Amino acid sequence: MPRRIVLGIQGVGHRVIESVWRLGRASRFFMLMLMKSGTSMRRFRLIIREIYFTGVLSLIIIVVSGLFVGMVLGLQGYETLQKYGSESAVGTLVALSLVRELGPVVAALLFASRAGSAITAEIGLMKATEQLAAMEMMAVDPIARVVAPRFWAGVISMPFLAAMFSSVGVFGGYLVTVVLIGVDEGSFWSQMQSAVDFRYDIVNGIIKTCVFGVAVTAIAVFEGYDAPPTAEGVSGATTRTVVTSSLAILGLDFVLTAFMFRGMS
Amino acid sequence: MQRTTMDLWVGLFVAAGIGALLVLALKVGNMGTYSAAQSYTLMGSFENIGGLKPRAPVKSAGVVVGRVLDIQFNPETFDAVVTMSIDTRYQFPKDTFASILTSGLLGEQYIGLAAGGDEVMLKSGDKIMKTNSAMVLEEMIGRFLFNKASENKDGNN
Repeated sequence: MPRRIVLGIQGVGHRVIESVWRLGRASRFFMLMLMKSGTSMRRFRLIIREIYFTGVLSLIIIVVSGLFVGMVLGLQGYETLQKYGSESAVGTLVALSLVRELGPVVAALLFASRAGSAITAEIGLMKATEQLAAMEMMAVDPIARVVAPRFWAGVISMPFLAAMFSSVGVFGGYLVTVVLIGVDEGSFWSQMQSAVDFRYDIVNGIIKTCVFGVAVTAIAVFEGYDAPPTAEGVSGATTRTVVTSSLAILGLDFVLTAFMFRGMS
Repeated sequence: MQRTTMDLWVGLFVAAGIGALLVLALKVGNMGTYSAAQSYTLMGSFENIGGLKPRAPVKSAGVVVGRVLDIQFNPETFDAVVTMSIDTRYQFPKDTFASILTSGLLGEQYIGLAAGGDEVMLKSGDKIMKTNSAMVLEEMIGRFLFNKASENKDGNN
């Protein structure tokens, strides 16, 4: 038996066992954070500070991307729909794709790379420079003081960011198709309003963004807290945050969509 | 000082987020069109509902007066029982005619109410007696072909 094959199989097994360990640690960390959230909820000013860093500062990229995504959707939708003479349905197309899918998913992907990576790097660096250990020495719980406020700030910001993404996107689609191309304004809005249902489309979209917010920020704070306390470890953790949370968003999106939009007769 | 500006920005952020949600609900969605207006329910049984779906509009003279709430199959009479919710502002006479129509050639299906001349109005939970089923394109084409074929036969004889 060549030694190289044995080593290869061992490597695979090692990685599998290691990831199960990590999953267990992550679950325990998540539960611990939820239990200690009460303390940080009482000091709401901490959460407001973090909403400023994760939510408010992500606003520019969310709004600009939303505008462009809506404009592209309007252009492409018009291009295809006008072949069938139904270009007034472009409003429906833009609004439904934004509210149901693109708003939650793209906003969450941007949020993961803009705010999630920053959270991981900050917590990881705090750990590498032994700030978290120093807090524990002063009897300050780092999970209640540092981790939980960042988590809740992300969970609170995410639905607002996605809602802004969707509404700015609809406005972008309006700009391109109605103002630039000249689709009839009345039918643009009325077809959109008759097709987009509040409970079925918009509430389901908001539920999606809440789930994504929890997933992205939970991954970000765990990766930061679990990072090896070295420069290389922090950079690796930041990369893992973006990769893992992007995959988690896309996977969860499929599962949620399958649950939400299947049984519509 | 630093703290208050931060609070201001977070406040603006949350306000903008709620504003965006309201825009989605009122301007993009259909919250504005069927708000919490008072409504009453009417029923109607149809032989064939075609492609009618829950939440389809109920129109009278082209104006939306309500929505389809629920569609069920009655296993005793073998027809479809459609429950509609109608805005209380609009009252219809007892002999109102309900038919399933299609907007445009490929458009969505809706229920059209044609008011009759009866003095007594329909009350909540009442059943519309006069109904007209959806037109199913295949059946119409089939009937047309059948008629054409029998016509030809008569002509040859």
